[in-house]
Amino acid sequence: MWEYTEKVRDFFLHPKNIGEIENPDAVGEVGSIVCGDALKLYLKIDRGTDKITDARFQTFGCASAIASSSALTELIKGKTIDEALKVANTDIAEYLGGLPREKMHCSVMGREALEAAVANYRGEKLPEVEEGGIVCQCYGITDVKIRRVVQENNLHTAEDVTNFTKAGGGCGGCIPEIEKIIKEVWAERVVEEVAAPKKRLTNIQKIGMIQDIIEREIRPLLQSDGGDVELVDVDGNKVMVALKGVCRECVMANITAKNIEKKLKDLVSEELVVEAE
Amino acid sequence: MKVIYLDNNATTRVADEVKEAMLPYFSDLYGNPSSMHTFGGQIHRKIEVAREQVAALLNAEPEEIVFTSCGTESDNTALMSALESVPQKKHILTTRVEHPAVLNFCKTMYRKGYRITFLPVDKGGRLNLEELKSSITDDTAIVSIMYANNESGVVFPMEEITGIVKSRGVLFHTDAVQAVGKMPIDVKKLPVDMLSISGHKLHAPKGIGVLYVKRGVRFSPYLIGGHQEKGRRAGTENVASIAGLGVACELAKKHLGDEYSKVKGLRDRLERELLKCPGARINGDVANRLTNTVNISFEYVEGEAILLRLNEYNICASSGSACSSGSLEPSHVLRAMGVPFTAIHGSIRFSLSVYNTDEDIDTVLKIMPEVIKELRELSPYGREARAT
Repeated sequence: MWEYTEKVRDFFLHPKNIGEIENPDAVGEVGSIVCGDALKLYLKIDRGTDKITDARFQTFGCASAIASSSALTELIKGKTIDEALKVANTDIAEYLGGLPREKMHCSVMGREALEAAVANYRGEKLPEVEEGGIVCQCYGITDVKIRRVVQENNLHTAEDVTNFTKAGGGCGGCIPEIEKIIKEVWAERVVEEVAAPKKRLTNIQKIGMIQDIIEREIRPLLQSDGGDVELVDVDGNKVMVALKGVCRECVMANITAKNIEKKLKDLVSEELVVEAE
Repeated sequence: MKVIYLDNNATTRVADEVKEAMLPYFSDLYGNPSSMHTFGGQIHRKIEVAREQVAALLNAEPEEIVFTSCGTESDNTALMSALESVPQKKHILTTRVEHPAVLNFCKTMYRKGYRITFLPVDKGGRLNLEELKSSITDDTAIVSIMYANNESGVVFPMEEITGIVKSRGVLFHTDAVQAVGKMPIDVKKLPVDMLSISGHKLHAPKGIGVLYVKRGVRFSPYLIGGHQEKGRRAGTENVASIAGLGVACELAKKHLGDEYSKVKGLRDRLERELLKCPGARINGDVANRLTNTVNISFEYVEGEAILLRLNEYNICASSGSACSSGSLEPSHVLRAMGVPFTAIHGSIRFSLSVYNTDEDIDTVLKIMPEVIKELRELSPYGREARAT
């Protein structure tokens, strides 16, 4: 049972500003039904003054997602666009008397919907769509978003990044990468292991390492989701694998193969290419 | 406001008769059953009475009953014991839809070098028995398959499963935590080697479990210490709860007939009426299901939101949605069944008991459609929902 404040409860049970706006001046849509929460924000904006005259929302999600969306609309109504953009996700959480740490991503979703709506109003593209690579494949979270949320919310652990963005909350495969981003953001001196210049591997050593990594690192992750992978062959730098179980039909099969490749590149040799049968 | 408790697969109310049976052990009868004096020693006989009561529910022999602290301990003990009895075998065969007590145990063993097969289920939550057959190898140390699933309520065909496993001479364990007390189980007819029970799922208190171990099955204890439970489970007995569980099993045996057909009647009515909500669908094989469970999805609404709205009316249920789980992952059972994401987040499980009434169901049927309608109006997918 989550510990929600009275205000969260109240904004969930009696949300303010629900529904659509006819002929809105801006619409911001974030999240998806697959991820478990989605928010569509509608704004009416006075073109002369840039003032938000009305804000309404539709949310698919849990109690804190609905409460956060409703709080957002209350916070930005009457503000100009520039003023509204100063509303951070922490302001939404604060307005509600706080959110459980695990639910902070709901406030982040509110902030993102606002950015999306403003971009829509100004006819801009969202920066995250253009830049940034996907870090968390499960929830489609980019490094740009992680960096921003880490900075804005002063986050220092991967667990908190999951709480605030959901990244790393699925298979957990990207957690090392998230930890790396956190380190970079805080400019902590990453004591790079003074890697001795990589020795050239013999073919047998290489195959042995690949086998070992697939067995120890990759298969447990896949199996826990009902999938599996088998090493079929290694031909030079080409690693052929067969995806099994649910991985085979999975729409993410390509990503799975890419993830395996990434792991093998990191741990064995930059030159490896993985092909799934 | 009266609590309408429809979450009996999570835990159940302690029966009044059970509570009464436990009370003396908190006051007058506080002796240690291992003591030499009569004051303590007499307690030992009480434990044996409870052992007989538990055995009777399963048609087992009393000496086949080992008291543990919970279902999880029973599951862990069974698997660990099996692995130790055949140390040369390194394969465990189980399913994707097991309780974490089995699932996570297997994952831990995987890291210790065991090979694990997690059998998939189909859309109805059913196992493919051909796949079970072909997955058993000479290296298989144990097959562990739950009797009935806690989330979908789907009951696995134990006769066929045990037939397949025993024909290969492999040890078989079943986590029967959700089945015992809800359906008749006869271990004389069903060749299971080990079977787990949890007290609080059948109106006994939390903190008591049972592992049935068939006579002749090699067993090594999980907790090491004193000679309690004939050396099979060390630790001073939880006497009050053991006595309570004995009575609970006796009650369950009595209720298996008439009372349970009443529960089924209530469940069926609840299900039939809720299905009239637009975009509602049942998860799981309705033909082979616990009579007290219904897992129903309301598309395009989120489960935690439903639960918290119901909570306002003191209606207790549970959900497989990600947000209600404490992690970000939706139910592993519903995912294994391939329930689409539009439905998985809006899944609600109602699980009934003999204490539920017609009025309980009336109230839920009055409130639930309103809750769904309101949340859909809030949802950006309201249009999709209306189209279903």
